[in-house]
Amino acid sequence: MSRTAWLAVVIAFALVAPFAIYPVFLMKLLCFALFACAFNLILGYGGLLSFGHAAFFGGASYITGHVLKEWGVPTEIGILIGTLAAGVLGMAVGVIAIRRAGIYFAMITLALAQMVYFIFIQARFTGGENGLQGIPRGHALGLFDLNDNYAMYYFVLAVFSLGFYMVYRAVHSPFGQILRAIRDNEPRAISLGYDVDKYKLQAFVLSAALAGLAGSTKAVVFQLASLTDAHWHMSGEVVLMTLLGGLGTIVGPAVGAGVVVALQNYLAAGPLGAWVPVVLGVIFVVCVLAFRKGIVGEIRDMVKKSF
Amino acid sequence: MTDQADHILTTEGLTKEFKGFVAVSDVNLKIRRHHIHALIGPNGAGKTTVFNLLTKFLIPTGGHIRFGGRDITSAKPAEIARMGIVRSFQISAVFGHMTALENVRIALQRNEGTSFHFWRSDRSLDKLNDRARELLTMVGLERYADTTTVEMPYGRKRALEIATTLALEPEIMLLDEPTQGMGHEDIARVTELIRTVAKGRTILMVEHNLGVVSALCDRITVLQRGAILTEGTYAEVSTDPRVKEAYMGRAQ
Ligand SMILES: Nc1ncnc2c1ncn2[C@@H]1O[C@H](COP(=O)(O)OP(=O)(O)O)[C@@H](O)[C@H]1O
Ligand SMILES: [Mg+2]
Repeated sequence: MSRTAWLAVVIAFALVAPFAIYPVFLMKLLCFALFACAFNLILGYGGLLSFGHAAFFGGASYITGHVLKEWGVPTEIGILIGTLAAGVLGMAVGVIAIRRAGIYFAMITLALAQMVYFIFIQARFTGGENGLQGIPRGHALGLFDLNDNYAMYYFVLAVFSLGFYMVYRAVHSPFGQILRAIRDNEPRAISLGYDVDKYKLQAFVLSAALAGLAGSTKAVVFQLASLTDAHWHMSGEVVLMTLLGGLGTIVGPAVGAGVVVALQNYLAAGPLGAWVPVVLGVIFVVCVLAFRKGIVGEIRDMVKKSF
Repeated sequence: MTDQADHILTTEGLTKEFKGFVAVSDVNLKIRRHHIHALIGPNGAGKTTVFNLLTKFLIPTGGHIRFGGRDITSAKPAEIARMGIVRSFQISAVFGHMTALENVRIALQRNEGTSFHFWRSDRSLDKLNDRARELLTMVGLERYADTTTVEMPYGRKRALEIATTLALEPEIMLLDEPTQGMGHEDIARVTELIRTVAKGRTILMVEHNLGVVSALCDRITVLQRGAILTEGTYAEVSTDPRVKEAYMGRAQ
């Protein structure tokens, strides 16, 4: 099947899915899929392992929650403000961390995200352990009541599509070409006159902002912003989703997010509820050992070989 | 003053210490515009370190570097490249997961001013393809345009490196052992290539193959244990007994 045909099938599926599958579950899936795609921009295409992306995801959800609840802005504006705030936070973290490579980059992003987490615990507006509750969903374009789960679903689908397209566009842009070059051979990129730190910083800020878009949207869907979304567990989970699905592939992280979220949901309901982290851990280890390129990466290789 | 105008790149007292070990010691280089200048010397003499200092990949512990009369001692590596000093590396420096055409395009892209544009399609770069193919043809790589670089033979990668460097139209090219690890045929090809691209340009090259040096270079600086041993034309340098002892005696 051609690429366009695949795309048509996926879109058709996405449009009818809420009539077969619980919409709230689908929306959760889409939010995490977008989060993972955003993360992949910096890990898969920027070659930098951030261990602090929960700060952007969770931070944006608090900001959006706050402005929707207290300022009463339209839903779209609330999400936009959360996204921009995550971008600004990403800029602050990035400026400090971007010069470091490898494990040092991971450690600095983790440390800074922990500081942000600490602020969220202490600050009044976040509601501490209870989280920020009762965030109004509002109306899309001032017309469609998002309290209806179907309307909410199509809204989230639109946000996801926009975010996903932005990742795709960035990867396949003049900027994306330079990122590829830097990942391939950084000293050479420098010797050709590229300020590699500036390119990495831009990738980091984009990634943070889009992670924020995912977090903001999730806050609207669940009408809740909580510490869970800003906790370092969440930073780890997005690494897992991305690697599981396929690092540096466009759709891999979305698939990985789908697998993780689906497993969490179904396992949590069954007798294995308490064992979710262990099951995910085992899957992760198996994947890293056996399918190093992730689900989508391995499938792509198989398809390539069979032609 | 006329002396200065003639020299495109100069160093004064250039020194680099690594934790007490002096790798480059009080080096005064004068590279004349439109010359092919060789930097030779035994292994460990400090040639690559000099390159790293000139291109700011290392920060000198002492001395000054001037490019066209301008002090560039404290410039950044990417800045140096944009001024027109472009280097190659001792081990071939290509973007391995890109095609040969894409490699050259990365360099051409710099002058487009769209390299931060993440909202634009990369198809907008297709207009650079013709120029990229021209450059590939110039170094004899037209057949390899769509080959992923890791799959190219070593000699071809070095030629690609030169094409990529040329794309930036540098005033001065720094080539670190461009023929290292090559067979006779490749050496001959790269030598010819350097001769061609040197027209209207300055080249500073580190080279072990003295045949290549004698064929190409206008001037030669011999480095030994980080310091300049002597400098001159090939005829002068090759008859210097100290050079014979330090370098050629061993090489032959
Ligand atoms: N980063 C470094 N740290 C410590 N010593 C170095 C470093 N780079 C080079 N050296 C030392 O400096 C000397 C000169 O090295 P180099 O410039 O690579 O020599 P050449 O290119 O002439 O063979 C060598 O003894 C090498 O071990
Ligand atoms: Mg060397």
